[in-house]
Amino acid sequence: MAVANGSDPIRVLDPTVIVDDLHVVYRVYGAGGDKGTAATALMRVMKRQRRPSVREVHAIRGVSFVVNHGDAIGIIGRNGSGKSTLLQAIAGLLPPEQGCVYTSGQAALLGVNAALLDDLTGERNVVLGCLAMGMSPQQTKDAYPSIVDFSGVGNFIDYPMRTYSTGMAQRLRFSIASAKSHEILMIDEALATGDANFRAKSHEKIMDLRGEAGTVFLVAHNLAEIEASCNRVIWLEKGKIMMQGYDVPAVVDAYLEATGGEPRKRDKIADNDHVA
Amino acid sequence: MRERAGDQQGGPGTLTDDLLPPEDSQADLPDEPLAELAARYRLRPSAARPGVLAYAGQLWARRHFIIGFATARNVAMYTEARLGQLWQVLTPLLNAAVYYLIFGLILDTKRGVPNFLAFLITGIFVFNFTQRSFITTSRVMPDSLPLIRALPFPRACLPIGYVLIELEQLVMSMVVLTVIVLSAGEPLTWYWLLAIPALLLQAVFNIGMGLFLARLGSGADDFSQLMPFLVRAWMYTSGVMYSISTISTLRNHPTVSYLLQINPAAVFISLVRNAILATQRLAAPGSKPYNAALCSLYDHSSSTSVVYDSAYCHATITSTQLWLYGAGWAVVAIIVGFVFFWQAETKYGRG
Repeated sequence: MAVANGSDPIRVLDPTVIVDDLHVVYRVYGAGGDKGTAATALMRVMKRQRRPSVREVHAIRGVSFVVNHGDAIGIIGRNGSGKSTLLQAIAGLLPPEQGCVYTSGQAALLGVNAALLDDLTGERNVVLGCLAMGMSPQQTKDAYPSIVDFSGVGNFIDYPMRTYSTGMAQRLRFSIASAKSHEILMIDEALATGDANFRAKSHEKIMDLRGEAGTVFLVAHNLAEIEASCNRVIWLEKGKIMMQGYDVPAVVDAYLEATGGEPRKRDKIADNDHVA
Repeated sequence: MRERAGDQQGGPGTLTDDLLPPEDSQADLPDEPLAELAARYRLRPSAARPGVLAYAGQLWARRHFIIGFATARNVAMYTEARLGQLWQVLTPLLNAAVYYLIFGLILDTKRGVPNFLAFLITGIFVFNFTQRSFITTSRVMPDSLPLIRALPFPRACLPIGYVLIELEQLVMSMVVLTVIVLSAGEPLTWYWLLAIPALLLQAVFNIGMGLFLARLGSGADDFSQLMPFLVRAWMYTSGVMYSISTISTLRNHPTVSYLLQINPAAVFISLVRNAILATQRLAAPGSKPYNAALCSLYDHSSSTSVVYDSAYCHATITSTQLWLYGAGWAVVAIIVGFVFFWQAETKYGRG
């Protein structure tokens, strides 16, 4: 049993998210293994073989946990360990192959590849994003100035989003998603490219949300951010939980030791060191 | 059996295999089964599909999103072009010009149809609405995968939005069509108003079929590759370039003629033609009392003296029946398409 802090009681007070033996499998097309000519394709059809380029990736392999109101859960793990897939499954965007995710409300997911409509201006994206979240036109109109103000993109709001830098696009996405108060907010590396000022602002938003008894999930490779924002951490490895617990520094240290990262020095006040 | 790559490795990006997760990693869990705990606290499955009526309600709640999405896509479609929104009018105009060049000037064909040019361009524009709706909706789910994986909303918004984009384009086409038809010598009458319910029925039909095709196209890509050919074959059997009711080759095959005339594309095209083309109403079989002698006078030659004599023949299908078929197709398509799309609602994010 890999619980970081053995004395921690089982806290089931008021769950918002229950993940019950979740398995997620998704298909990948064009994963190679084919010469890609019409002749080879014909041979394959004649021989009644399956396309070798369609593969199924078993990304989450039996994960269970219970999350309560007011929790902020950091999810750590190496690239490809299933962190983003787990969040997409909790948001109901990827259907489970087996098991189930139960939530108290619609979870909002903010991801790096959360594509809005690139051809449209920032202004259109704000309006459409709000409407897609289910806000009324009047609510959208009322929220618009504060969204643009919070994002800090300034005059670029009238430019198509494909002209935005990565950081600007993420700031705008975060601002749109946080315009509505979500019971469950999931942030997938969405703050990684923001500048120091925006990180401070978004950290404040996350803390506000926790204060309103909402639930926050945070995926980040910046472990300082996890330690500053989260009261619980889950370490995923190959689609399974390697370790988890409420003692965030202990899990982070174990993770760093296992993956060969530099141990974190916590005596510093300025917590801005990056651990790759 | 498909190979499950994940059983050997954690995922495409896993670098090394030296870390083994514990077999029993379900730490910190309460004793009771999680499903019962979820039920006790009234938590719902996140990937659950709402009931069909609740789903329709959710769609209605997002109507502003659907309309905003369609309008914004329509605007964005031409942002890269120097002439910008002018293309909304130029595209149908150029379309009409090409057909005028080929059928009006080069072939100079009448095919036994009075005012053939107005007949042809009306048919082209009306069919184009269904054609473009079918082709775009069969591709909408794979094309929108990033949006589907980013935001939760009823997925039916996407195919409906795409049909609305085509409807907005159709409005532009209809303005161009009005100018062409009037300058081709057709009178402006109260009958023209009938084109509006006809096109609305067609839009409902397109939305229903669009939902159906969107689900078919969400799986393998082969279907959307095939779609343009299916639609083109359909165009040639729907009387876009000839009149099914009067063409001489079908005169001795009333069953075939009947079946071709009740196909949805032919129904909507006929309804619009009968609304805006006075010459079509005059020449429609059954619009005058049956007269065997006059009917036999009508032939497929382009002689103007007998081109209206088809009116003295028996009608295979009356105008009232056309409206009933139009409404029937629309209702069947929207119900079947909506239910069919809704059944796979939670699976669209998988790709």
